[in-house]
Amino acid sequence: MSASASIFQSSIAKKYWMAISGLFLMIFLLQHFAINFLSVISPDLFNEVSHFMGTNPLVQFGLQPVLMFGVIYHLAMGIRLDMQNRAARPTKYAYEKPGESSTWMSRNMIITGLTIFAFLGLHFYDFWIPEITTKYVAGDISGLNAHGEYRYFEELVHKMSDPIRVGIYCVSFVLLALHLMHGFQSAFQSIGARVGKYKNLIIGLGKAYAIAVPAGFIVIALFHLITH
Amino acid sequence: MSNMNLTLKIWRQNGPDDKGKMVEYKVSDISEHMSFLEMMDVLNEQLIAKGEDPVAFDHDCREGICGMCSMFINGEAHGPDRAITTCQLHMRTFNDGDTIYIEPWRAKAFPVIKDLMVDRSAFDRIQHAGGYISVNTSGNTQDANALPIAKAAADEAMDAATCIGCGACVATCKNSSAMLFVGAKVSQYALLPQGQVEAAERVKNMVEQMDLEGFGNCTNTGACEVECPKGISLENIARMNRELFKSMVAG
Ligand code: SF4
Ligand code: FES
Repeated sequence: MSASASIFQSSIAKKYWMAISGLFLMIFLLQHFAINFLSVISPDLFNEVSHFMGTNPLVQFGLQPVLMFGVIYHLAMGIRLDMQNRAARPTKYAYEKPGESSTWMSRNMIITGLTIFAFLGLHFYDFWIPEITTKYVAGDISGLNAHGEYRYFEELVHKMSDPIRVGIYCVSFVLLALHLMHGFQSAFQSIGARVGKYKNLIIGLGKAYAIAVPAGFIVIALFHLITH
Repeated sequence: MSNMNLTLKIWRQNGPDDKGKMVEYKVSDISEHMSFLEMMDVLNEQLIAKGEDPVAFDHDCREGICGMCSMFINGEAHGPDRAITTCQLHMRTFNDGDTIYIEPWRAKAFPVIKDLMVDRSAFDRIQHAGGYISVNTSGNTQDANALPIAKAAADEAMDAATCIGCGACVATCKNSSAMLFVGAKVSQYALLPQGQVEAAERVKNMVEQMDLEGFGNCTNTGACEVECPKGISLENIARMNRELFKSMVAG
């Protein structure tokens, strides 16, 4: 195996890429959270930042495609690895006690992952598709509504006023939390960093991130549901 | 505690191509002081007396060193206790009247030979691919102590080297991944100066062989570390991941 091929092909190389794409998505999630949080403290600021993110060419044509690729890569690779892993044990045990040696989160990344992806479908339908249609199909990049005001906050509030939708969002965030509970520290293990004096720090940070970020999204969704 | 009567559900498979199935047996008057393998001996004597085929299982040292006694007992590699092999498992961990499931290691890379015996030669082939150092042994071998080695590194290398190649990590991993075994074998050299010379080739070749053998991919569930009889830590896997990365960057 040549070195260049092994960067992509060996089982460990696949782990690196899963980890790197996962870490990238976690950074993205953090900035998404930060912007959403603005909607709670200042609708005006939220509108301005949303407009910037939605119209800045670097964000739209530089970062957005990278993000798309990251999501699809992480998903496709996750499915592929899961299929290979199932094939590595053609005959199952008659009796297993997996809970004795590993966590539910670590064993069910494919389930939590696929559910999160299904949620992304709804999320795209809610925000991304209308946004892209307005901007690039209808050609309206003003970011303004009929009254000449920024439309972003108003759209957010409108979507978050439906209790069923908010309910689905909340459930998805719980699954995201479960995914991150394993995913955060697993990414560091894969790149060989969850060791020695960093081990407990990474495990602790992972738990904090996995709980705080999804919980924050839930709080924001509930805030808009209740206050509007 | 009085002696125990047990129901055993054991995987019986006549040969590699046989379909195989779970078969129920009863054993009685099992002493709590017996090891699990001694209990299996009692069963086999009973089967031989009846003219039946005894249950084939691997064993050699019966003291936790050779790593042969591969049995998946009641849903766990080497049974319910921790940091032991099957031969070190005492019957006192069970209760009178218990039903015990006994199965072979399950992995595509470890095909069943007969009953509870599996072919673990995949591990040998991984070792042959790089789990060694090349030294001239023609009579003028250098004294090992001529090379100064930090105590901490020596201890860590020794910890990695305690892996007995039993395969419990593969058996217990939901992905049948061999990463803990290979991680230990890579680490024991990566930590020592003698291992540096061939370090890049070693890790590349061993990982390549591991993949060729059909083991699954590691997803860091950590089950291997819990079930390993020698307490080999996940840090060895992280070290191997770093070693492979170094070898790829170095070309
Ligand atoms: S790492 Fe542990 S479980 Fe795996 S082969 Fe070595 S001793 Fe057995
Ligand atoms: S028989 Fe040797 S380790 Fe169990």
